[in-house]
Amino acid sequence: MSDQSSVEILTEWDIVAARQLGRNVAKELGFGTVDQARITTAISELARNIYLYAGQGRIEIQQLAENGMKGILIIAADSGPGIPDVRKVMEDGFTTSGGLGAGLPGVKRLMDDFKIETIQGEGTDIRATKWLR
Amino acid sequence: MNKQMATYIQENMTDIIADWQQKMRDEKDEPSFQVMSEEMVNQTSREFAGLMTSSLLESYQIYENRLRDFAEKVVRLGWSITFMTKAIDHFAEIVYEGMRKVGTIHPDNMDGFIHEFANWAQPIRNSMIHTYSKAWERTVSLQKIALQELSASLIPVFDKVSVMPLVGTIDTERAKLIMENLLDGVVKHRAEVVLLDITGVPVVDTMVAHHIIQAADAVRLVGAKCMLVGIRPEIAQTIVTLGINLNDFTTTSTLQRGVEQALAWTNRKIVEVEEV
Repeated sequence: MSDQSSVEILTEWDIVAARQLGRNVAKELGFGTVDQARITTAISELARNIYLYAGQGRIEIQQLAENGMKGILIIAADSGPGIPDVRKVMEDGFTTSGGLGAGLPGVKRLMDDFKIETIQGEGTDIRATKWLR
Repeated sequence: MNKQMATYIQENMTDIIADWQQKMRDEKDEPSFQVMSEEMVNQTSREFAGLMTSSLLESYQIYENRLRDFAEKVVRLGWSITFMTKAIDHFAEIVYEGMRKVGTIHPDNMDGFIHEFANWAQPIRNSMIHTYSKAWERTVSLQKIALQELSASLIPVFDKVSVMPLVGTIDTERAKLIMENLLDGVVKHRAEVVLLDITGVPVVDTMVAHHIIQAADAVRLVGAKCMLVGIRPEIAQTIVTLGINLNDFTTTSTLQRGVEQALAWTNRKIVEVEEV
């Protein structure tokens, strides 16, 4: 069972819209302020990656309910160039844009589950889940 | 043909307006009519009908001015652009049907009239859309300027101590502005300590952190110290989880403690004075 909504990422301000959507869903589900901050930050990182590297894509937010547990699923999907070396981008401090290189490994630490699927030339699909405790 | 259309509209104005209002009320997705008072609806409808006729009779210039006035009015009223294009379509439709019923339009001249009607409605629709987008563009650019004015100002609070409160989302453009204002301000106010207050920043992700670190480095280069204040507990936790290294920074939870620290660095402190 899931409820979903999504935001197209085309400009930098769409990142704010995606973040706002995630924060509202998280609040509705009953996440505390710390987890809300974690979730919005994770969305911010994923949306910014789409904006910076793929140009455009979408962020989907789903509410999850499994085995009596509630949670939030963030899907970041784009049809960009894909990631050449996934193991590399998951290392702290690796960056191709002159940034801090903490984005994707940071998201993995902020969330409970983290899955990344990428095909070069076809796009990237990242799914990150946070469960309500 | 224009003359015929105009005469028909003028002769049957009341009926046309009544029909048209009914059709517009039936547009379920558009609440524009429901929220307005009866009197307002009637007045605006008459104005709209007048405008539609004026495009048939009067010179282009007069009509153009009327159109602009009207479009600006409906933008202010908050009528959506889809509502307006529907309004134009319905109006033309009603007039066409009416003229067909009374026999002005008959199978022999139908082609000519269809062409004439298209030529009538299309320019109105185009200039309506044009005026709408102009009005929106102006609103957006004004808001952008307003936002920029709020963006990033460096405030001298004590001799050698300045504060820059950051409120709202930091995007690339704003980050640049922050950097410029920070450096200009430090030189202008001869600040030795600058406090960056992020109490009002909703999300600190790696990009925001990166910009803050760069700004602090630049401040160091012009010979001042930079302190990060107003770190809320949840922001502190996400920064740690993200693995952002702020070890080179002095950070405090509130602006107040930051100011105390800044005064200590410049060998001063605030004391209470006992009255004699």
